Amino acid sequence: MKKFSREEMAARVARDIPEGAYVNLGIGLPTLVANHLPKGREIILHTENGLLGMGPAPEKGHEDPDLINAGKQPVTMLPGASFFHHADSFAMMRGGHLDFCVLGAFQVSATGDLANWHTGAPDAIPAVGGAMDLAIGAKQVYVMMEHLTKSGESKVVAKCTYPLTGVGCVNRIFTDLAVIDVTPKGLKVLEMIEGLALDELQRLTGVTLHG
Amino acid sequence: MIDKRVASIDAAVADVADGMTIMIGGFGTAGMPMELLDGLIRQGARDLTIVSNNAGNAETGIALLLKERRVRKVICSFPRQTDSWHFDKLYKEKAVELELVPQGNLAERIRAAGSGIGAFFTPTGYGTLLAEGKETREIDGRHYVLEYPIRADFALIKAERGDRWGNLVYRKTARNFGPIMASAARCTVAQVQHIVALGELDPEAVATPGIFVHRVVAVDVPDARAAAQAEA
Repeated sequence: MKKFSREEMAARVARDIPEGAYVNLGIGLPTLVANHLPKGREIILHTENGLLGMGPAPEKGHEDPDLINAGKQPVTMLPGASFFHHADSFAMMRGGHLDFCVLGAFQVSATGDLANWHTGAPDAIPAVGGAMDLAIGAKQVYVMMEHLTKSGESKVVAKCTYPLTGVGCVNRIFTDLAVIDVTPKGLKVLEMIEGLALDELQRLTGVTLHG
Repeated sequence: MIDKRVASIDAAVADVADGMTIMIGGFGTAGMPMELLDGLIRQGARDLTIVSNNAGNAETGIALLLKERRVRKVICSFPRQTDSWHFDKLYKEKAVELELVPQGNLAERIRAAGSGIGAFFTPTGYGTLLAEGKETREIDGRHYVLEYPIRADFALIKAERGDRWGNLVYRKTARNFGPIMASAARCTVAQVQHIVALGELDPEAVATPGIFVHRVVAVDVPDARAAAQAEA
């Protein structure tokens, strides 16, 4: 069994983003999804600092300090792009206009609760940014994360132990082992990587999974 | 004649008083009114409450105000950055108060202040630490948190061009908090790259109408982007 690499995970997420979708890719791992969006599909990327129609990173020497993404990295804009202020940008999420967001996570619960902004450590400086708005705002919330922590604990959990970002907001989980839907009846495994059986995934995850 | 132009950065922030609440535009450094912040640092006001998305970068702007211990409280969504060491240090010393607000709630609370809204129910943050102790309500089967407006004494913002009526045009993602902060402060000061004659701004492109702006000051800084454009 060979776990999905970060790029393979990104490619797998990208496959599930359809033609015509308005999409926000969260900071970190989810930004890789942009590199794998199928060429034939017209997909519009939203960045919450105020741009629809975001393009790839500029060539070296062509960075513009006024044209950045939510991770504060320089980006480009595509023909058809538009700029807007922050209240409009978050209205696009909260108002139910954004089709998908892809977020990283520390934990996702069996009922779709998301924890991705704060470890809860007493000496940590909390920072939330747009995570809570994205979590409840996009029509479909996709999470992309490694299935297990470095110490081998499942990040898919019965109940999140880290502080929540949103309640019951996650629709689909993409990990380096499987693709799992959060449904009213529980977690449903859609796919597993080659060589992995459901009972083994179940053992690693510890939360009831439906095949 | 209406003329909101101010001759210098220092004159534009001269009457900021101790204890005031100051909104600072910008997301990271895009749209950050750096020259106005330098003016505020020279001006000396203390005990400030700063409303901004971040809590300063490296040895500039808000970070320097923090370093000089002139900030009592920061209201922001994302204080922690790789170069936010001044905030980090003061926070750990408990020398600055932090009100952490989800970014969309921050924007909407500012917008609400500028729009005369008394409070609003938002789904963002429901069931999280950041909604603890706040009033909630279920409306049509969905859960919401009651949030109140954020007003300021001053808003310091940056735009690309302005005219003597205070109309503003922004540049790309530097627009970010500018238009909403402009509406939420008693005195909005806009630093612009260029002041142009009335009528030169395309009315269709004005993102902040002059009614929201009280002072416009031009900054004389080398415009690297103009040079880049000339090359391209």
